[in-house]
Amino acid sequence: MIRAKHALWGACAVAALAAPAMAETLTIATVNNGDMITMQKLTKPFTDANPDIQLEWVQLEENILRERVTTDIATSGGQYDVMTIGTYEVPLWAAQEWLLPLGDLPAEYDADDLLPPVRDALSVDGTLYAVPFYAESAMVMYRTDLAEAAGVTIPDSPTWTDIKTAAEKMTNKDGEVYGICLRGKPGWGENMAFLTAMANSYGARWFDPEWKPQFDSAEWNEALTDYLALMTNYGPPGASSNGFNENLSLFQQGKCGIWIDATVAASFVTDPENSTVADKVGFAQFPNKEGVDNHGNWLWAWSLAIPATSDAPDAAKKFVAWATSKDYTNEVAAANGWRAAPPGTRKSLYDNAEYQGAAPFAAMTLTAIESANTQKSSVQDIPYTGGQFVAIPEFQGIGTAVGQQFAAALAGQMSGADALAAAQATTTREMARAGYPK
Amino acid sequence: MARAVSTKTKIGWTIAAWFVALLIFFPILYAIITSFKTENEAIAGFDLIPSFTLDSYREVQSQYNYIRPFMNSVIIAVGSTVLALIVAVPAAWAMAFSPTKRTKDILMWMLSTKMMPAVAVLVPIYLIFLRTGLMDTRTGLVIVLMLMNLPIVVWMLYTYFREIPGEILEAARMDGATLSQEIVHVLTPMAVPGIASTMLLNVILAWNEAFWTIQLTTTNAAPLSAFIASFSSPQGLFWAKLSAASVMAIAPILIMGWFSQKQLVRGLTFGAVK
Repeated sequence: MIRAKHALWGACAVAALAAPAMAETLTIATVNNGDMITMQKLTKPFTDANPDIQLEWVQLEENILRERVTTDIATSGGQYDVMTIGTYEVPLWAAQEWLLPLGDLPAEYDADDLLPPVRDALSVDGTLYAVPFYAESAMVMYRTDLAEAAGVTIPDSPTWTDIKTAAEKMTNKDGEVYGICLRGKPGWGENMAFLTAMANSYGARWFDPEWKPQFDSAEWNEALTDYLALMTNYGPPGASSNGFNENLSLFQQGKCGIWIDATVAASFVTDPENSTVADKVGFAQFPNKEGVDNHGNWLWAWSLAIPATSDAPDAAKKFVAWATSKDYTNEVAAANGWRAAPPGTRKSLYDNAEYQGAAPFAAMTLTAIESANTQKSSVQDIPYTGGQFVAIPEFQGIGTAVGQQFAAALAGQMSGADALAAAQATTTREMARAGYPK
Repeated sequence: MARAVSTKTKIGWTIAAWFVALLIFFPILYAIITSFKTENEAIAGFDLIPSFTLDSYREVQSQYNYIRPFMNSVIIAVGSTVLALIVAVPAAWAMAFSPTKRTKDILMWMLSTKMMPAVAVLVPIYLIFLRTGLMDTRTGLVIVLMLMNLPIVVWMLYTYFREIPGEILEAARMDGATLSQEIVHVLTPMAVPGIASTMLLNVILAWNEAFWTIQLTTTNAAPLSAFIASFSSPQGLFWAKLSAASVMAIAPILIMGWFSQKQLVRGLTFGAVK
């Protein structure tokens, strides 16, 4: 009898130890932003439905995350099962076979509901390699009250001349209101994201079909000259240190007349809890130069991908499908309201009347994303893909180096012409070193 | 003979010293103030008066359990320091009391390894950690931080040991002390202040290290440096939360530094004046 009791206790102990051992742990690397934090808080339905899957989160700042994840994936480290990457990394890493293809997601995932430009940007040869968590293009956000007081109208599809006129009239430097706020902080994902989109809208391109850098072109010269003039005459002081967050802060405090940046900012500037101008914001398409049919072609999607080295690919697939599903969007809406739904990924969200009512920026965001063409971002012939970046591995380094030249010009340390000449020399040297044309 | 210093000069230097100290401490002070603000107040511009809300601390704790990275930081900082001392005390003893022609060169070489950017050896160390199963373990970080700080520890101890008269050690030897007895029973007690200040400095360096501790960890061994990094955001304003996370991360080491500042200064300036 005693022996049987011992055996029973032993079996129970083994079972108790074995249960957690059978559970799979997914290590998920993410950037720290509002949408990702919301996701962490709303995972209960997923873990309830999948008790055998445990989630471990690694949150890092964007650049650190990129560094960590790149090192890990390039060395087949296998530290992560799900990683948050952008539209820049997906085609490059998929080509290296570093990511698992996601073409076999279940039918209820409804991959056809994904917005086509976003889906294309995350696919290689028609196969998805990452699924979008939220996506963004770029657009104009402006103060309707200041525009009205200044007697200017910003059309839904403005030209750069319209923007210059409005910025000039809205500027009141004595009252600390600056007509326009644009990114100036150097970095391939900071000022160069904006300036590449702006250059696209002026008809410029980074490279000709033979991969020769084009900073010596008239289009680049015009784009940079206008950018520097706008920021020098109507921008805030110290603009060469301003990135997304700094401009967001200025706009929320009512210190910017116009801010042209990522569409995801729209939900921040219209948030009455954090923005002093929440009910005074209008939206318009990214500007273009008269006669150039191009609105910048900015497109970015923070997406969930599964590294080929993951030791729990099936569980990871379940998770990424859930986190980017319609059901998840509904959960966010139920918990935090429709305004908080992750934007820019699914057609069904923009067909939803409740979302349209809660998010005054929805229609313009959709227009911006749908009009982004990342397969051909310039009106001229180009050998690369990517909208506000060039989808080649060397772009991070080159983009940041060029961004430093342009930031120096904005800070008044060199002229625009000198910055362009330096950018041309740097890019030519680095491309030759990298062996282009390949 | 000491020079007479007038009261006015003393007051002047005192004010200047306070000014410089406040200037250096101000970023930390402002982070503490910002941590007690709402996100709106934090972005509203320069203001030294917060609303004293604890929301950011609550939010930080709800998003990330502080205890695990805190314990990791303690174990990694203390572990790497103890290990570094175990290696460095005999090394510094040998260099201080049995120098050879190459001792100075070896010391310079050891120090020169600190001049190499850490990222230069990231990939080899990353691969070694992967292959040996040390990735995301506290043991791995203890070893790597010990190696990173070892040159400084050896240098500090060497400088300190050189101030101890060699005749005392000779006397111990004549009394029949073995090498280990000489180090443990004679040298170490005499060098306690120096070892203590070296230990404190090493703990601070290991606590604040933010390259290897982020690169070589994911979840299990991530210390407070990773905890802070998780609150920095490229899109969205988290300044109050980031400040709260920073304050939570630096508070233990700040308190330790405050209580041990005398020993620290003494150790760092020892041998500077003869």
